[in-house]
Amino acid sequence: MSSTVALALKASLRRIERRQALIGGALVAPLLLFLAVNFLLPIAMMLFRSVDDPDVRAIMPRTTAALAAWDGRDLPSATVTAMMIEELEAARGGADLSRAANRLNYDINGFRSLLLKTARNLPSARDGDMLQALVAIDHRWGEIETWAAIKRAAGPLTSFYLLGAVDLKQSGGGEVQGIAPDRAIFLKVLGRTLWIGFWVTVLCLMLGYPVAYLLATASSKTANLLMILVLLPFWTSLLVRTTAWVVLLQKDGPVNSVLYAAGLIDEPLRLIFNRVGVYVAITHVLLPFMILPLYSVMKGIGPTAMRAAVSLGAHPFLAFARVYLPQTVPGITAGTLLVFISAIGYYVTPALIGGADDQMLSYFIAFYTNETTNWGMAAALGCILLVITALLYAVYDKLAGRAAVGLT
Amino acid sequence: MSGWTSATRGEIAWRHAFRIYCGLVFVFLVLPIAVIVPLSFNAGSFLTFPMPGLSLRWYGDFFASPKWLAAVSNSFGVGAATTILATVLGTTAALGLARLKPRMRRVLGAVILAPLIVPVVITGVGVYFLYAPLHLTNSYLGLVLAHTVLAIPFVVLTVSASLHHFDRNLLRAASSLGASPVVAFRRVMLPVILPGVVSGAVFAFATSFDEIVMGLFLAGPTQRTLPIQMFNGVREEISPTITAAATLLVVLSIALLVTIEMLRRRTERFARKART
Repeated sequence: MSSTVALALKASLRRIERRQALIGGALVAPLLLFLAVNFLLPIAMMLFRSVDDPDVRAIMPRTTAALAAWDGRDLPSATVTAMMIEELEAARGGADLSRAANRLNYDINGFRSLLLKTARNLPSARDGDMLQALVAIDHRWGEIETWAAIKRAAGPLTSFYLLGAVDLKQSGGGEVQGIAPDRAIFLKVLGRTLWIGFWVTVLCLMLGYPVAYLLATASSKTANLLMILVLLPFWTSLLVRTTAWVVLLQKDGPVNSVLYAAGLIDEPLRLIFNRVGVYVAITHVLLPFMILPLYSVMKGIGPTAMRAAVSLGAHPFLAFARVYLPQTVPGITAGTLLVFISAIGYYVTPALIGGADDQMLSYFIAFYTNETTNWGMAAALGCILLVITALLYAVYDKLAGRAAVGLT
Repeated sequence: MSGWTSATRGEIAWRHAFRIYCGLVFVFLVLPIAVIVPLSFNAGSFLTFPMPGLSLRWYGDFFASPKWLAAVSNSFGVGAATTILATVLGTTAALGLARLKPRMRRVLGAVILAPLIVPVVITGVGVYFLYAPLHLTNSYLGLVLAHTVLAIPFVVLTVSASLHHFDRNLLRAASSLGASPVVAFRRVMLPVILPGVVSGAVFAFATSFDEIVMGLFLAGPTQRTLPIQMFNGVREEISPTITAAATLLVVLSIALLVTIEMLRRRTERFARKART
């Protein structure tokens, strides 16, 4: 008798649990749907754009198919050349031709005008040496690289953008090689992005650690007051802070005037539109992200262990290094990863305060999206930034745990 | 460093050095605000000290400029719409998450928080690719949707945190006393989590109000928000009117910060009372 009651109870409990989960699911669903459409789908589209290459294939389906078998050592055969002339003629004047010309121009500067010019001046005779006829229109048709560019753009999928994002490209024969040194910029930009991220993180740690310690050990009244000084900039608009740094660091701005008045400099220092300004402004923006996690970890560390070490004869410095510092490692990990991840994604601050040589990956992503509409390149650079961010976040998640985020 | 029984002279010197160092860091933290606010009252038109006199002329400029006023109304409009959308979606989701099994909650939580981690430029480019063919670029709707993506994590986080304090037995008590689920939610649960919901809404508003990268991708000339207007201003030629705009934004930030602090204290008082 009692076991049937227990069973019935268990069943009804399970029913209630299932109902709870169902209600829960129904409540979360609208948000998930919203994020699927407005966040996950866009990211997926960006990832796809980095390998999508439909434009040249659209106007020369047969030529691109034939070039796939081409070994890239000698110029293509007369058949392939004739095929291209035929397909180019059919595409003449259409919007598709213009799109294909743009795509080829991403690979070789000047290809757009080459293709359009060739399409306008196609030879009327269809016998004899078609390749010679093309070379007569423009000598570049006699170069292997021109045909290799068409092969690279054959689609439907391409590695052109992703390879390009790390300064590589495929030769006509298919082997991967570095691109010409004068056009290789992205590894430099990537290195610069990580380098700036690294120094901003170091600066934030150097400035933030002592302040977090002060906040954690001060009386609660002082700590509350000082905390306002950390939270106020934290809450102030990014644009306000960036604007303020532009004002502060300009040639005859307050920083230079103070240094000059103090007799420390004879002529104004160049503090803006260079790396100094970028370090100063990004460090300022991200410093609270270092102080707050450090503070919350330090708040949980009692003074007893330190006192014990000192009373046992350890020099205060040694006690600090051996006893206190190791206990703050979780805060250091969380803070540094948080700051580094944020720093490498920065766009607005370097765009306003940095010079041409201080722009980071994000700048080029925005540049290729808005200015040159080379969306494939923007997407490929985005992929790289996304992969780096995801890897670092995985490390953060592993080390700092979700406790720091609060959704357990 | 506090807590030492005996302090040698070296230690005292060290402690002073430490305090001075921290003081300098605090100066660094507040310096931009401390400089831009007084400059907005400058009577001269150069952004340098010493100022020739005080005046409100740049505020006059600000409120006489159709561009700045349009930016203000755009920012408030987009911010308000984002706040409503993000608060409704985020609060319901947080209520739902609390009913799910921990594993499920963790997986979904990661998806919901992802917009915080992914660099905004990447989300911006992706959203641009999606919205451009749908004619949602250069539109208020597109801007609001994109801002909402970024604002949602904050709402879910703050409401989840306030639900953490909530004792589910209260709901059971209410329903055993005959309250329908809707009434129990409105009369019992909502008052407890309301500070969390309002904090989430404030965060959502602040996120939208401060957001620029999405705007640079999605906004046309008619949708320019305050940050975009400031960005363009700094890019072209930095005029003192920008300092007036910046000061008004600082005032707004302080108001938001104070609101959040008051709500936090209220929640803490509530939690303390609930325990005793």
